[in-house]
Amino acid sequence: MKKERYTISVFTEDIVGMLNRVTIIFTRRKINIESIAASESEIQNIHRYTLVISEAEDMVKKVVLQLEKQVEVVKAVYHKDSEVVYQEIALYKVPTEVLLSGGEAEKIVRAHHARVLSVEPAFTVIEKTGHKDETQALFDELEPYGMLEFVRSGRVAITKPMKTLKSIVEELENIQY
Amino acid sequence: METLEVKNTMPKQGLMTGSQAVVQALIAEGVDLMFGYPGGAIMPVYDALYDVEEELKHVLARHEQGAVHAAQGYARATGKVGVCIATSGPGATNLITGIADAQIDSTPLVCITGQVASHLLGTDAFQETDVIGISMPVTKWNFQVTRAEEIPMAIAKAFYIARSGKPGPVLVDITKDAQFGKVDFNFVPFTGMRSYRPKPKLDLTSVKAAAKLINSAKRPFILFGQGIILSKAEKEFKAFIEKTGIPAAWTILGLSALESDHYLNVGMLGMHGNYAPNKLTNECDVLIAIGMRFDDRITGDLSRYAKQAKVVHIEIDPSELSKNVHAHVAVIADAKEAILELSKIVDEKTHTAWLQQFRELEKEEYQVVIENELFPSTEKLSMGEVINEINIQSDHNNIVVTDVGQHQMMACRYFKFQQTKSMITSGGLGTMGFCLPAAIGAKMGQPNKQVVAVIGDGGFQMTLQELGTMFQYGVDVKIVVLNNEFLGMVRQWQEMFFEKRYASTTMVNPDFQTIVSGYGITTKKVVKRDELADAVKEMLSHKGAYFLEAAVGQENNVFPMVPTGASVSEIRLK
Repeated sequence: MKKERYTISVFTEDIVGMLNRVTIIFTRRKINIESIAASESEIQNIHRYTLVISEAEDMVKKVVLQLEKQVEVVKAVYHKDSEVVYQEIALYKVPTEVLLSGGEAEKIVRAHHARVLSVEPAFTVIEKTGHKDETQALFDELEPYGMLEFVRSGRVAITKPMKTLKSIVEELENIQY
Repeated sequence: METLEVKNTMPKQGLMTGSQAVVQALIAEGVDLMFGYPGGAIMPVYDALYDVEEELKHVLARHEQGAVHAAQGYARATGKVGVCIATSGPGATNLITGIADAQIDSTPLVCITGQVASHLLGTDAFQETDVIGISMPVTKWNFQVTRAEEIPMAIAKAFYIARSGKPGPVLVDITKDAQFGKVDFNFVPFTGMRSYRPKPKLDLTSVKAAAKLINSAKRPFILFGQGIILSKAEKEFKAFIEKTGIPAAWTILGLSALESDHYLNVGMLGMHGNYAPNKLTNECDVLIAIGMRFDDRITGDLSRYAKQAKVVHIEIDPSELSKNVHAHVAVIADAKEAILELSKIVDEKTHTAWLQQFRELEKEEYQVVIENELFPSTEKLSMGEVINEINIQSDHNNIVVTDVGQHQMMACRYFKFQQTKSMITSGGLGTMGFCLPAAIGAKMGQPNKQVVAVIGDGGFQMTLQELGTMFQYGVDVKIVVLNNEFLGMVRQWQEMFFEKRYASTTMVNPDFQTIVSGYGITTKKVVKRDELADAVKEMLSHKGAYFLEAAVGQENNVFPMVPTGASVSEIRLK
């Protein structure tokens, strides 16, 4: 089956070691995690991991079920790129003199709708949010001017076709036996 | 030096030490027997155990692996949660094999490990290992306790998770300072959590869809696994197959859920299973799998496995559905609940001609394989005839425990079971060394049943230190070692697939009679056929532990066999 890019969202109880329990499911099947972002969710004590992998859907489905099987995973879902609104952030550190010289560098920053976050005598920090190809495009253009440092975050994604986490949690909390 | 303030007066509730809380929580969970091995980081808990010897018996194993396998044997024989306890570092790591075994075979287990004091965590302190990290891939749940107040809840949660849903092993790691710390103890059983809902709500539409397929089937075939035993559905399952007239075959973990001589029990699935159920897997029109997970040892080549059939899969763990074999109808449920609902709406039927197909193939297997195995003309004893002799003489109020390898397959194939939970074996993980300690645990959990441990000469030497545990506690296990002076199963593969290049499979064994005698156990060795019946009789009627060694044919093979990568229908009789 064809490999495609999938965004997996895992909602977990907020406990030490949870990220490890989640990632070993991928490690076992030798699946590379392309990016990962962890944060709080809209509900207190529930954390949200956003992982990006490239795999066949059949495999992704199995992995997600195994994620959900973990005792402290509240919910795990997967989506294709078309089913999520996603974003990444990148920071670029370039020599300030390049920008001061009034040449191409400034135009590039403008053209990419990037923001200047901080200007120091020796370096300037530029921020760009977007998809990977967009942050990469800015990188490629700035690189000839001397890239002192570069960092890109993992993807964060909001899913289009999903029940609200709140309703899922309420449903789970109301199960009686 | 830290010391415990309270001695010999164990409070049941109220203010107490963390270690006393561990013990009281175990008692509150109904534990009266546990297995373990002491050491530095768990000493406070052992000190607390000293005060409750009457209520909560601790069995000192001879190695932590022995303790965890004993807890597994206890759990499998009783259906209760097995408990074992060990110290930090090597104590904890020695549990890992048993924990992994329990995870893959869905055995409820609570493992408690001591840990270095919390201020030393992560510093490579003496006997420190990251047991939470190490055990994470092989536990259903684990938790590190660093404060005494966390203990009651952690233990209660551990038991809840271990025994609910698809059972499994959990590990609670308790730092030494938490054991010494103070807690106001008031035990509250754990009743559930939002992220873990172990009992799926039965979806009646899926049950109806399953019934529709079953009712329309011409050649339906049931595969059953341990799910029947774990959900205590033995009676309901039998009623279900009798109503529908569907032949049923078992995985080795499902063995004993249905009596061996039931007219619809068509035998063992998988690599060394029976001829008929393997062959006819690829001829049935509806395959109904209940409480099993289509392990690769069952299916052989998946691309040629039951492709002609519509598959109904009844399983409590959603991640098992369509994992290996696509389920046309998936019923996510506790096996018992699903069977009860399904039984109401399936038609009463018989499948005489279809069942006859099984009988024909059974005959073929009997002629080519079974007859020679049970009544051999060779000079040396065969493994099958030893098992058969025990079977014939047994009163069947017993439990058979096996190790892993050829003897295991022989025991599964040739011993006949009448009572549920009377076969205990390491299935998924295939852990050599499992048998002796598991048999000890089984006997201590079911003292009124006779426990027969069938082991090969290889596996016996992996955990024979547990003879010491048998000796100390007077555990009455009948040990049968089928000695072929080879690592037989590996040797068989070398013979069949590696041109008889017997790399490191010959065993130069010590005199087991002398060794076992040293533990005060009566021993006997049989070499000749005419000695066998009397020796088995003596063993089974002997009061107390007994060791029977049978010298069996060195290069005997287990057949039938589905070679790796072959289809189940390519099963070989020779």
